Amino acid sequence: MTVALGAPLDQILALLCAWVAIGAVGLVRPASLKIAGRTLFPLGAVCGVAIAAIAAIAATHLSQLPERLELPIGLPALPMHLRLDALSATFLVLLGAASAGISLFGAGYFRVGQGTPPGLLCFEYHLFLASMGFVLLADDAYSFMVAWETMALSSYFLVTSQHRIGEIRRAGFLYLLIAHLGALAILLCFGVLQGGSWRFTFDAMRAAHLSAGWAAAAFLLALAGFGTKAGLVPLHVWLPEAHPAAPSPVSALMSGVMLKIAIYGMLRVAFDLLHGLPGWWGLVPVGLGLFSALYGIVFAAAQTDMKRLLAYSSIENVGILFTGLGLAMVFRGAAMPTVAALALIAVLYHALNHAFMKSLLFLGTGSVLHSTGERNLGRLGGLIHRMPWVAWLTLVGALAIAGLPPLNGFVSEWLLLQAFLHANEVPYPFVDMLLPLGAGMVALVGALAGYVMVKFYGVVFLGQPREPSLARAHDAGRTERAGLAWLALGCVALGLLPATIVPALGAVASSLGVGALPARGGPWWMLAPLGPQSISYAPPIFAGTVIAGVLLTVLVVRLAYRRPVRRAPPWACGAGPLTGRTQDTAEGFGQPIRHFFTPWFAMRRHLPTPFDTAPRYSVEIGDRIWRALYEPLAGWVDRGAAACAVFQRGRISTYLLYALATLCLLLALVI
Amino acid sequence: MGQTPFVMQLLDTLAALLLLLSFAMLAQRRVATLVELFALQGGVLCAATLLLAWRTGEENLLLSAALTFGVKVLALPWLLRRMIRRLGVYWDTDPLLNIPGTMLVGVLIVVFSFGLAQPISALASTATRSAIGIAVAVILLAFLTMITRRKAMSQVVGFLSMENGLFFGAMSATYGMPMVVELGVALDVLVAMLVLGVFFFQIREQFDSLDLDRLESHQGGR
Repeated sequence: MTVALGAPLDQILALLCAWVAIGAVGLVRPASLKIAGRTLFPLGAVCGVAIAAIAAIAATHLSQLPERLELPIGLPALPMHLRLDALSATFLVLLGAASAGISLFGAGYFRVGQGTPPGLLCFEYHLFLASMGFVLLADDAYSFMVAWETMALSSYFLVTSQHRIGEIRRAGFLYLLIAHLGALAILLCFGVLQGGSWRFTFDAMRAAHLSAGWAAAAFLLALAGFGTKAGLVPLHVWLPEAHPAAPSPVSALMSGVMLKIAIYGMLRVAFDLLHGLPGWWGLVPVGLGLFSALYGIVFAAAQTDMKRLLAYSSIENVGILFTGLGLAMVFRGAAMPTVAALALIAVLYHALNHAFMKSLLFLGTGSVLHSTGERNLGRLGGLIHRMPWVAWLTLVGALAIAGLPPLNGFVSEWLLLQAFLHANEVPYPFVDMLLPLGAGMVALVGALAGYVMVKFYGVVFLGQPREPSLARAHDAGRTERAGLAWLALGCVALGLLPATIVPALGAVASSLGVGALPARGGPWWMLAPLGPQSISYAPPIFAGTVIAGVLLTVLVVRLAYRRPVRRAPPWACGAGPLTGRTQDTAEGFGQPIRHFFTPWFAMRRHLPTPFDTAPRYSVEIGDRIWRALYEPLAGWVDRGAAACAVFQRGRISTYLLYALATLCLLLALVI
Repeated sequence: MGQTPFVMQLLDTLAALLLLLSFAMLAQRRVATLVELFALQGGVLCAATLLLAWRTGEENLLLSAALTFGVKVLALPWLLRRMIRRLGVYWDTDPLLNIPGTMLVGVLIVVFSFGLAQPISALASTATRSAIGIAVAVILLAFLTMITRRKAMSQVVGFLSMENGLFFGAMSATYGMPMVVELGVALDVLVAMLVLGVFFFQIREQFDSLDLDRLESHQGGR
């Protein structure tokens, strides 16, 4: 393929290199906030928008795709293979568009502090972005793994940017460790996928014929590897540690974009590279996904740190994504192409949605953290008066993630539920009865997500300030507002225009050979994925009705109520003035969930005695999986290492003796 | 018995001499003598290479003989002698295993390496294939020398002697390694020597001794 700058792949490649270059410029004067903040981050945002636009145009002109490129970089005789197809274009749109908002926000967010200097941070940040782009473009196992590891390492350094705090170093190490275990699983997965051809291009893997056993092994390895990165239970433990430790734009990028890159990897393996796997293997991700979704949202309800709460909510959303992915596999195996395509579209749509809404929420917490210095929900409250911009824009994200129409979260969950409702047609015994129950589970998770968002938004922004220092809180700066507004706009657009986006995602499904939706019928405002006669959803009409209803009510009240408005303090049942402490707390709001799901938590409660003069109540919530799985594992590793330490004598003669013995043994074996 | 040419007989004698010198190094406790033995071994190796070059007409071997002479007979022993004078290390006190015991283990190693070399010799097509066993024995004996010594200096001499064995093995199996490899190895050995020399001085500065026992108490926290 010749290099001509007209082709979308070349343009995207150039923009990814521009990201790296932007980062490198930041290294020139690492201590200068002016260069990094005023120039480089906005430039990065422009690159992001450009990538999203080019990828979106490429994704709608499918005749040009897939487009390939071979770069003579890397080891001799191992060029980098790049490929742009509909799937990678979709995720490039996600990467570019979401990162544009985050970069804009980051331009105003990063300050000179104790941690990594801003220039270096800018380098790590843009390297992280570019490596994610290269993961999406990679078309052979080598370049995929190189990009994947660059992504893991650059994000590790971003997480530990406040490296003087021991807790953050610990969280970073946990992340690095688990990321490497995941990478190992992915590497092994590629090793299985090449199927004896010993060529590691993705084309060779597409052509390989695997037996059912090896296909299952490859699938499970991919599930372990990409599930680790995405935060699938029980491989999720790094996520609630690393997300709060990282600076907010980095949390937003990791949660909003990086988790989706892992989903991309799983989609790439499950629907593109891997053949010959019976469809019922899709039940594994469905089961794990549903469990993750419920687990994540239940733990989110019990959190008191706002970033940990959002991290657990990410686990929930990853669970939903894996559920849809598994469902698409089951339907594809059961020769139900239309519903399979519907499930896959739901996954892609939800990935896009989550990228926007979770980034928005994380950035919102970042603004709150900056202006108050607090992450603990117990010390916040009433911020809507002090930070109206952040509060209103965050509200969009909170409503979206709670799955309320007409915003975007509703669309993808609706699509997923539609797919679930066809699960009774699957031709496997028992599965056809059990799978529809998953729809109930998804609905439960959706309701709990609403509950969690009420808690998050209500405790942080509504009510009265719980601390006097909150009076000094200030609203976000101009670039930060722009970043938040960009993401909120994305949420609204994705919510209002599903009828144009779903067919575009449908093209991805059909290009992967999963299936195609029936030809589109109906007007632009009406989403009817399974044909005009079946179920449909018209978000603009819904939004119009809601807005008209609200306006009408306001108008009627204004017209009917003519007396002057009287403002008075609320009635306190005669118990004295209401203070910030007379409100529902985060712990109190989460208590019913904690009560229902008591066996899930490893709880330690300290209750005051009735005679205590200064009563204090506290509760610590631990993860049972951490104690049941990870602590014994760490114990075994420690004991194994101690056993090996017997050989470590610290005497050079002994070591030489080991070498001689090994040499003799090997020689004797070879001859 | 076929008529073995005189040159080949001479070569076999040199190979035997090489093995004998390895044993002598294994038994030697004076560091200064150890260096002289090493120089002698280099000389024998050089002579064997020259002989083989004359016999086979391979010009490469002439070059590598010159290299051996320059590096192993002149440069390295000179460096080592100078270092011994400067550091004042003349004796390697009490080796880890007593000398007769070491010699016995050495004999076992020679038996092992000859057994090992038999199938290789059958495969090799060179005139000197019988010497492969000796080369392996020289390598392993040098290894043993390193294990049983306490002084860093004697260990370095053992290491260099191991390189002699490798060189001899390559020569007898395939008439020498490619010139590039040989040059690289020679350079490596010289550089390693210089680096180790620096280390010796550092070790003595820190611990007032070149005795490696002193290092062992500093193995870091477990």
